[in-house]
Amino acid sequence: MFKTAGARTRKAGYWHRRTKGDIIVDLIIYAVMLIVIFATLFPFLNVIAIAFNDSTDSVKGGIGIFPRIPTLDNFKELGRYPNLLQGGIISLLRTVVGTVCSLLSTCMLAYVLSRKEFMFRRLFMTLFLFTMYVDSGIIPHFMVIRALGLNNSFWVYIIPGLISAYNLILVRSFIEQIPFSLQESAFLDGANDFTIFRKIIMPLCLPVTATVGLFYAVGQWNSWFDTKLYAFSNEKITTLQYELMKILQQSMAQQGNPNLGHAGQIAQSQSVSPLSIRMTVTLVAVVPILLVYPFVQKYFVSGLTLGAVKS
Amino acid sequence: MLNSTRAVAPRKRRKKEQPPLLQRLSKQRFLIMMSFPFFIWVIVFCYLPLLGWGMAFQDFKLKGDVLQSFFSAPFVGLKHFEILWHDLINQGRFFLALRNTLAMSVLLLVFGFVTPIIFALMLNELRSKWFKRTTQTISYLPHFISWVVAATMISSMLSSEGPVNDLLIWLGLSEKRVPFLADQNLFWGIMTISEIWKELGWNAIIFLAAISGVDPGLYESAELDGAGRFRKIWHITLPCILPVITVILIMDIGWLISVGFEKQYLLGADMTRNTSEVLDIYALKAGVDQGRFSFGTAIGMFKSVVSIALVLVANAIAKKTGETSII
Repeated sequence: MFKTAGARTRKAGYWHRRTKGDIIVDLIIYAVMLIVIFATLFPFLNVIAIAFNDSTDSVKGGIGIFPRIPTLDNFKELGRYPNLLQGGIISLLRTVVGTVCSLLSTCMLAYVLSRKEFMFRRLFMTLFLFTMYVDSGIIPHFMVIRALGLNNSFWVYIIPGLISAYNLILVRSFIEQIPFSLQESAFLDGANDFTIFRKIIMPLCLPVTATVGLFYAVGQWNSWFDTKLYAFSNEKITTLQYELMKILQQSMAQQGNPNLGHAGQIAQSQSVSPLSIRMTVTLVAVVPILLVYPFVQKYFVSGLTLGAVKS
Repeated sequence: MLNSTRAVAPRKRRKKEQPPLLQRLSKQRFLIMMSFPFFIWVIVFCYLPLLGWGMAFQDFKLKGDVLQSFFSAPFVGLKHFEILWHDLINQGRFFLALRNTLAMSVLLLVFGFVTPIIFALMLNELRSKWFKRTTQTISYLPHFISWVVAATMISSMLSSEGPVNDLLIWLGLSEKRVPFLADQNLFWGIMTISEIWKELGWNAIIFLAAISGVDPGLYESAELDGAGRFRKIWHITLPCILPVITVILIMDIGWLISVGFEKQYLLGADMTRNTSEVLDIYALKAGVDQGRFSFGTAIGMFKSVVSIALVLVANAIAKKTGETSII
């Protein structure tokens, strides 16, 4: 972070001045860090290994981070679960639609709330901030969704979670840093507030919309509880995460039952064991995140630190 | 702070002589049009459910239309809260749910709060920039996966044929394979470790940002005085990031009862119900699954009220300690 000449000489000096104690402490720290890296990555690598490993072989256990008998059969088997493909499509759809809707709404409202002369600014701000601290609980929320007839509709994924107060504050504080003079000259040219938002504010907001959009996208892709609560009876709109949840719950029920060990699981399966199917679906559910993660993680971090500084 | 109030003051005075309401309305019509839909949205999805708390004082039965059921339901006063109170005294299911929620929250508050600080301090001691950045990037990967995916991984790691058992046997720490998730005595510990596994790197970011903001000159002068690395951490790094630590600690206390329910829901089984069922899950099962909506609402309301009280207490502490208020 401090790429000055001073820092570099300090660093060089450090290697010369290292005492025995320093070396031991360094070794301990490196060892701890390697353990953290291993503990973080191992479950992911294990999922990948089992997903690409022969199903009957996986049941014997002992798979580490490499497949023992590599095969693609598990992925072919996924085709036999029609819910999974449709779940993937719905997940993708809600991620795209949800992110676009949430992002546009958040930015538009944030822009309005950034305007100091707006007459309802205080009222709206208080209303949205309050939602961060008060949670009405699951059942009243469930009833409101029912009353609006949103249950079993695709829009239950998009509308109730449209705006997060945290992201709203993030975008608003970003817009407030943009010099007001940019807007003023546009006003003089006769532009209205909406045009200014569209033509001036949105393009300038690109860095913060990248961060906030990613937050929304990850949230949409990962959410499963709304399906479980509001849409479980409409099989056409269940999501991938929800389907994975059902598969997991089946295995949890078996784990709790000592009579049904792995032997029971094999007897039940058709050609691929539940363990392999579970891991393959997990891999499919996590791959989009793994693919974009290396490229976008810096936006997440910048969003967090920006929000922290503000609050 | 002073400067900004001085700058705002003249504008405020101008506001006083502002044009009448109608003129202002017409002048701000675009702003109003742009924000009004979201006003409706926040009322419907965030404040209407609060009115639903009225259900806690009724015997609500869902028959067809929700609104009709709501207005035709008989008022029963504090009946459901009395049931909860009796349950609490007799150590029934509500007592267990409250105990589990608090136990897991406190465990998480203690361990989940300290580990990111230690992790951040250790990361900061790494000399290799490349290794530091890689470790950090890897460490917050689990934050971005869903609890469903995380729970699937955890259940496969901890199954009796899983890698954790393999490791324990290989190390000679245990002789037979343990079905970790079927043992109710281990549940709280497993939940705490899972949460730390998932959020360690993410929670460390804020401390790392604070550490990188420490004036390097302080370290240089300490070095001239002959301070070793532990003394530098103890006398410079920690005092410098203490304000951040305080704020985060206070916020965590505020969220004490709001421990998530996803991991408990996904990893809990019937066998571990006594230690895995938290308030949200109990409210959900009693309310939605059994149709005792009023009772479930009462549980949720109890939780929310305690949670708000905790936030207010935390905020009061924050003001006392001289930090800025967190609300």
